[in-house]
Amino acid sequence: MVKILKHLEKKDSLLILGCLVFIVMQVWLDLKLPDYMYEITMLVQTEGSQMSDILLQGSYMLLCAVGSMGAAIIVGYFAAKVAAGFSVRLRAKVFEKTMSFSMEEINGFSTASLITRSTNDITQIQLLIAMGLQAIVKAPILAVWAIAKIMGKSWQWTAATGLAVAFLILLLSIVIFIAMPKFKIIQGLTDNLNRVTRENLTGIRVVRAYNAEGYQEAKFEKANEDLTKTNLFTTRLMALMQPSMGLIMSGISLSIYWIGAYLIYNAAAVDRLSLFSDMVVFSSYAMQVIMAFMLLSIVFFMLPRASVSAKRINEVLDTEAKILDGNLTAGKEGLAGEVEFKNVSFKYPDAADYILQNISFKAHPGETVAFIGSTGSGKSTLVNLIPRFYDASDGEVLIDGINVKEYSQEALHNKLGYVSQRAVLFSGTVLSNIAYGDNGEDIPDEEMVKKAIEIAQGQEFVEKMEGQYEASVSQGGTNFSGGQKQRLSIARAIARRPEIYLFDDSFSALDYKTDRVLRNALKKEIQNATMLIVAQRIGTIKDADRIIVLDQGKVAGSGTHEELMQTCSVYQEIAYSQLTKEELEVG
Amino acid sequence: MANKEVTNDEKMPPQGKKEKPMGASGARPTNIKKAMKQLIGYCRKYLAIILLALILGMTGAIFNIVGPDFLSQMTDLIGEGLMAEMDLDAIVHLAVILAILYGLGFLFNYIQGFIMATVTQRVTKRLRADISTKINRLPLKYFDKTSYGDILSRVTNDIDLIAQTMNQSLGMLVTSVTMFLGSLVMMIYTNWIMALSAVLSTIVGFGFMSLIISKSQRHFIQQQKELGKLNGHIEETHAGHDVVKVYNGEKEAKKIFHDINTRLYDSAWKSQFMSGLMMPLMMFIGNFGYVVVCIVGALLVHNGTISFGVIVAFMIYIRLFTQPLSQLAQVATSLQSTAAASERVFEFLREEELADESDKKEKLKTAKGDVEFRNVRFGYSEDKIVINNFTATIKAGQKVAIVGPTGAGKTTLVNLLMRFYEVNDGEILIDGVPISKLTRDNIHNLFCMVLQDTWLFEGTIRENIKYSKDYVTDEQVEEACKAVGLHHFVQTLPQGYDTVLDDKANLSSGQKQLITIARAMVENAPLLILDEATSSVDTRTEALIQKAMDKLMVGKTSFVIAHRLSTIKNADLIMVMKDGDIIESGNHDELLKKKGFYFELYNSQFEHVS
Repeated sequence: MVKILKHLEKKDSLLILGCLVFIVMQVWLDLKLPDYMYEITMLVQTEGSQMSDILLQGSYMLLCAVGSMGAAIIVGYFAAKVAAGFSVRLRAKVFEKTMSFSMEEINGFSTASLITRSTNDITQIQLLIAMGLQAIVKAPILAVWAIAKIMGKSWQWTAATGLAVAFLILLLSIVIFIAMPKFKIIQGLTDNLNRVTRENLTGIRVVRAYNAEGYQEAKFEKANEDLTKTNLFTTRLMALMQPSMGLIMSGISLSIYWIGAYLIYNAAAVDRLSLFSDMVVFSSYAMQVIMAFMLLSIVFFMLPRASVSAKRINEVLDTEAKILDGNLTAGKEGLAGEVEFKNVSFKYPDAADYILQNISFKAHPGETVAFIGSTGSGKSTLVNLIPRFYDASDGEVLIDGINVKEYSQEALHNKLGYVSQRAVLFSGTVLSNIAYGDNGEDIPDEEMVKKAIEIAQGQEFVEKMEGQYEASVSQGGTNFSGGQKQRLSIARAIARRPEIYLFDDSFSALDYKTDRVLRNALKKEIQNATMLIVAQRIGTIKDADRIIVLDQGKVAGSGTHEELMQTCSVYQEIAYSQLTKEELEVG
Repeated sequence: MANKEVTNDEKMPPQGKKEKPMGASGARPTNIKKAMKQLIGYCRKYLAIILLALILGMTGAIFNIVGPDFLSQMTDLIGEGLMAEMDLDAIVHLAVILAILYGLGFLFNYIQGFIMATVTQRVTKRLRADISTKINRLPLKYFDKTSYGDILSRVTNDIDLIAQTMNQSLGMLVTSVTMFLGSLVMMIYTNWIMALSAVLSTIVGFGFMSLIISKSQRHFIQQQKELGKLNGHIEETHAGHDVVKVYNGEKEAKKIFHDINTRLYDSAWKSQFMSGLMMPLMMFIGNFGYVVVCIVGALLVHNGTISFGVIVAFMIYIRLFTQPLSQLAQVATSLQSTAAASERVFEFLREEELADESDKKEKLKTAKGDVEFRNVRFGYSEDKIVINNFTATIKAGQKVAIVGPTGAGKTTLVNLLMRFYEVNDGEILIDGVPISKLTRDNIHNLFCMVLQDTWLFEGTIRENIKYSKDYVTDEQVEEACKAVGLHHFVQTLPQGYDTVLDDKANLSSGQKQLITIARAMVENAPLLILDEATSSVDTRTEALIQKAMDKLMVGKTSFVIAHRLSTIKNADLIMVMKDGDIIESGNHDELLKKKGFYFELYNSQFEHVS
């Protein structure tokens, strides 16, 4: 928690100082109020005092109340500025940090978690700071000051107030130490209940087919009972809070008057009036003291949640991207478009087994090299090593004759046109999606975008859309079909005019015909770029200059389609098994 | 705080499927009265005790209200004692009574809270249980149009909301109203001029407050909007992180982020400021009332109209009077969201259930396995018929393969056979008995089934295989695992058959599928359905699973839906479906000879290869 506050800046400390000043002023005014009450009490109880005197004291009182509100508003203003400014800056830092992450770190956190961290968690901190500046700072000042004012009057009253405060603290500790941990347990039990329900829903056919409704319901009943039991305990405990608070408030007034009666009874006649006024005023002060502690309790409720949030944000900020930039911006001359793997092995951090083992191959400029293999054979992983989503564990990946680690990432990426397995579109327009990013040259103009879409076989559906190339794309591209999204993401790679194309299983969402036409168009239009294609369909890669067959992370065969059909058993197996399936899907 | 976020933490978009986070707190008071009536109906059992709680709450509130009157009397007695002899006994007498009243008030209030907490938990537990049972009583049709996330959010978010608000609001409503009216009455009774000034000062304060609330609303909405946009941007940037990186789109992404973030700052500090105003304002209303009461009171005392004790009493009255006002505002909003949440819950509970079958007399203990489809017609909705006039006869023990392109209606056939859906027309018969005459339970007992998506639950391997069939012995489980070739693997696990299958369990999709096959095997029913059981695994695993399934099929009438034609070549009967009808049937060789659609399907693959 403290660590995250280090992100506060200089001008914040000025605002915070301002907060402090006005809080002191507010407390002073709040505590001044009963003083005037004292004067009024004296005036009222003294025979023959002037009406105007009472009104004068009254207007001072009113002034105090207004002044106190004014000060509070100013404090609120400063606090809001500090808190909102802080959260905006923190959010930007988190975002900038995540932008520097490689896939490894992103996957480590998961997208959903990163979103919660940069929105909900930061909002938690913002609330705590805003509340904290008002309550945390104010409560102790108010408490100490009010106690100081009380102290001198009579130890009996002070003791009564102390007792009330002690009782309050006891109550709060019960909540903090007994109820709070239970809340965590409740979260877990709710998750459990959720899981059982989800299980029932996802497996609804199985549940019905096995007549297991009773079984599932029994399981739910148990989860439900566990949750209800814990809930009952905490809600019953929490039900104690409000009546107790009420009791403390009324109890303190009663005690002060009760004690006051004895004090005045025993006092000398001269002191009686001032004691009487003290009594009236004291009850106000005592109330202020108790209010201060209640204020503090709010912060105690917020603190655990906020500190969890702070921890989660720090986790992001403390994570260093494993992939570091090199400083080269150009490859070896005459080798533009060459991709080479030299004895490359790869395993995910913390994983026991290698995903890729000892892979070597070379794709010459202008060549098409394809990768095929069963799921989990490592073909996508292999392609991921080229744009440095991950770095090879052993061996070297060379582009244009130079290790990818030595390029600056920007320069490296400028050479690549990457199309992912899952087509990614951003909200915006068709045009903005195709002209996306920066390739170190001019941003593609509309002509180039049109051409790219034409090659990617997207012209027909794009031109049918309302607004055509300016047609809007909703978040995640949900207004396009899978095949359309894939074609647009291919067009995006084409518009970039890269040296090397990386197609990571990018054709599987297309039907056969489009797949073939698209590849033919690509071949015709782009002659000198190198293409690396990961595919599941044999049909997609049949014409490649070289096909590399992967099996459990190792190269099982390499050659043209015809060669492999003769020599490679893994390839044959794939060919026979899947073609039937494909054909079915076409029908 | 105004922005009530449901922290779903890590599990925001819950694993896949068509789920979208449902804003449970999105107050949508469709029909408050109706929803409330239903909710009250749910509490019927507890009505008496709720009434008791409310009466206790009211009594407690009244005790608190008369308190100031006692204090006032005490003050006056003390005040009289300033000049003359003090009547200490009378004061102590009053103080003791008041202490007892406060004590009782505390007790009553707590009992009220305790009862409400208990009732709320019991009611919500029942609601949850009812939803859970309801899930299993709904026709599958319902789940075609509803997302899981939606149902899940009803079980947790909505019911939690009901629990929270019901627990507090009802009690608070009663005590607040009592306090408010009570203190008003007491004030007027004590002194009407003072009462008037107290009420007026509060009205001024609250008028001011509602002005601010209405102003701040705009900033809150704006803040939520910008936050939503920011969320969207972060989501798509992270989800497409690979693309952003390779296309050097970071700069662009950062720019958009900063634009939204800057706009957010503007609305964020404003709404933060506005919500921060509430507290000082409430304080001021309290203080303002206090000052007014003091001044007016002092003037009246000076005139001799009232005694000083009245001021003391009013100082407390003003607090008792303003406090319930803000509470009432709170109750009003929370009741609205309770209504919206209960409306969603009851909407689900009102959904039409599967037909009751307790009057069905016919029962098949076991079956030989003859199956007949007689002129079956079916559509998921009336205007979209997917199966037209389907007729087929299958003899016991045969292996039937259903092939055809996606969307041809293959799985639909299975859905009808299991009576997950009811046919629109025609009849399906097992051993000559129409399945519409049998209970669903009975039909399900005659089948075992393996589906494409391997469904396992969090439990041990043994539990997953036995699954709700208590009669299955441990030996049978082991035998089944041996038969599917899983036994050896299970034994290598540290806990063997008692290994819990959860997120951490490292099972391949093939192994998971083998477990579901073992599950089907121990059921040992006369009929078997395999619905694309191998399409999610690679070729090598498929061979393994195929072997297991062949064992499973022995002696059973089996229906196999397959993508890969190689797996069903040996079927006794292959039905080729297209557009909801069987266009060809026969065994593999016969169909090839026919040179029809199947022939085309089977051969075109080779054209592709060479």
